[in-house]
Amino acid sequence: MRTSGAEALVKSLQAEGIEVVFGYPGGVALPIFDALYDAEGIRTILVRHEQGAVHAADGYARATGRPAAVVVTSGPGATNTVTGIANAYMDSIPMVVFTAQVDTHVIGTDAFQESDITGITLPITKHNYLVHDSADIPRVVKEAVYIATTGRPGPVLIDVPVDVSKGELNYRHPESVNLPGYKPTYRGHARQIKNAATLIAKARKPLLYAGGGVLSSGAWKELKELAELMQLPVVTTLMGKGAFPEDHHLFVGMPGMHGGRFTNYAITETDLLIAVGVRFDDRVTGKLAAFATKAKVIHVDIDPAEIGKNRPADVPIVGDAKSVLSAIVAELRKMGAEPKTDAWMRVIDDWRTRMPFHYHPRETGVMPELVVERIRELTKDTPTVYCTEVGQNQMWACQYLKIKEPRTWVSSGGLGTMGFGLPAAMGAQVGRPEYLVVDIAGDGSIQMNSQELATISTNKLPVKVVILNNGYLGMVRQWQELFYNHRYASSELPQDCPDFVKLAEAYGILGLRVTTPDELDAALARAFDHDGPAVVDVRVVREENVFPMVAPGGSIDEMLGGVPGGPVSEMLDDEFLKEVWE
Amino acid sequence: MTLHTISVLVENKPGVLTRVSSLFARRGFNIESLAVGVTEDPTLSRMTIVVNAEETPLEQVTKQLHKLINVIKIQDLDPAEMVDRELVLYKVNAPPDRRHEIIEIANVFRAKIVDVGKNSLTIEATGANTKLDAMEDLLRAYGIKELARTGRIALSRGSREA
Repeated sequence: MRTSGAEALVKSLQAEGIEVVFGYPGGVALPIFDALYDAEGIRTILVRHEQGAVHAADGYARATGRPAAVVVTSGPGATNTVTGIANAYMDSIPMVVFTAQVDTHVIGTDAFQESDITGITLPITKHNYLVHDSADIPRVVKEAVYIATTGRPGPVLIDVPVDVSKGELNYRHPESVNLPGYKPTYRGHARQIKNAATLIAKARKPLLYAGGGVLSSGAWKELKELAELMQLPVVTTLMGKGAFPEDHHLFVGMPGMHGGRFTNYAITETDLLIAVGVRFDDRVTGKLAAFATKAKVIHVDIDPAEIGKNRPADVPIVGDAKSVLSAIVAELRKMGAEPKTDAWMRVIDDWRTRMPFHYHPRETGVMPELVVERIRELTKDTPTVYCTEVGQNQMWACQYLKIKEPRTWVSSGGLGTMGFGLPAAMGAQVGRPEYLVVDIAGDGSIQMNSQELATISTNKLPVKVVILNNGYLGMVRQWQELFYNHRYASSELPQDCPDFVKLAEAYGILGLRVTTPDELDAALARAFDHDGPAVVDVRVVREENVFPMVAPGGSIDEMLGGVPGGPVSEMLDDEFLKEVWE
Repeated sequence: MTLHTISVLVENKPGVLTRVSSLFARRGFNIESLAVGVTEDPTLSRMTIVVNAEETPLEQVTKQLHKLINVIKIQDLDPAEMVDRELVLYKVNAPPDRRHEIIEIANVFRAKIVDVGKNSLTIEATGANTKLDAMEDLLRAYGIKELARTGRIALSRGSREA
């Protein structure tokens, strides 16, 4: 059957089960948009900026586990995707980005709207293609989806010159891929799995450290099974939130810079760190030389390059989290291993009770932490996807929400991209129409992609944006307060500019304002019940800090702020310890 | 820091050289030499990369190289277990009265004269680095006008057992 390259591209997407395209057209992208115009089974959503399209595909993938596609034009359309792609690459999120390109014959001549996007995205894609021949399209799309979604997932970019999308081919969808240089390892090494099980069976103070890899592998059931079998306390990273229910008695919080004191103590004291789908990121480890110094490390990751990158592993296991965790569970059952963590859990519980997250509520001003707590309480019985922007809003969300279900937490981890939350929430809502989707935002980052309010409005995506409006780039201001002698250089934003209520209304969206604590619940409830998108502008207390906090480059058990407590060595009550270890 | 000879088998496709070399640059490595050419299988190319690096960062960059979709195989060649060669062209100042001296040096190193000019000789030499460096030292006395090196190519030695 003769088809155009663009039609073949769309047919290939259909054959690969891609259901959603976020896009923005332009000159050389027109053949592809024309083919999408009446494509069955594919929903094309017109965004308002290409960065928004990529973050939307990112949020969609985080919320559903399935990849979406992005289609944009050449030149500025392509370069506008760069931040979004870098964000997805850092967090290992699968997606396929199609950039249109100028005609093959003028590539390299500085043609109108030409940019070398495969060159530009080389270090931020898992792989990328410049298609030279229309006949290659079915194979390239198949390979791209395969590469994006297998092994350690990530974004793949396909650059399609306009003559390639107009050219003709005999369309046939390939049945398999042939990539001799790409063979991810899924099954862990049998001997290492045995070694891991032996260490876990013996450990008195083990700790499971789970990250985004558990989610991308779909290994949350296996994680819970292992944790419950051996009664292992579990910490999840920012990327791993939702991999383990946060209301579970074995859940010990998020480690790192703004993690719980109790969490960081547990890491500092553990004798066996079972790291699964994590990469020992600097925001988690703080000073690497002081991180989990008493522990042996079992490191499970599908990407061999992560093992031993920052912290040497005593038991390295390259493999898929799901397969490796179930193999470890099977091995432990075979050994008849029994939990030994009663005393250890008592120590952790003691820290947890003495050093919870806390803030000082006020009668007049609205505390940002209160807003997050109220969102948590008001959505307790509603299936909800929680999205965040980046900065203080994100850290308070980490501290005060309770994520109980996998894929209901959408937040920019590695790249820390301001402006991620709203478009990502939009993508999450497209993927999970039956869920309430809330974007916890700051007044700084919401303005980085607020144009997408038009997309959620015109597509009737009922995203709820709650802005913790403190009139600052809050996290920047916090660092300036703590480390730059209160000199708030370029970090103040007027709290009333823009007027977020009017901004919402300009887009035909419900806008609400909260200035006192007693207005909060009613406004949130009204927004959440509203049949459509809503923006709640909460004027919060301006100079609240996120505490506790590990100073940059500091050791994670020495935290500033929050409930007082010294390094972990000072927090071990000898008599209590003697009692629990007896 | 030690000199490593990395042999990388890659798919013979446009852009692969950039992917490999930019990865080294991105991770802060300075490539001493890089030679690339097609192999016995025309769909594959072999890159021989010489890089000065510590063991741990090199292991990391090797792992990152493995992640490139077009990279098939990587070997960090053991100097004792490889054969390596490099080809050099020297264009040397050679006034007629000193030509014979230069030709003699070339002969000693089993090099070839490939071009004779009015006041210059061009010499082609192959061998291991040490030999080529020694020859270069001697030729320097006459004045080297231009020099081009291919960079090292290497293969692991064949098995000694039957």
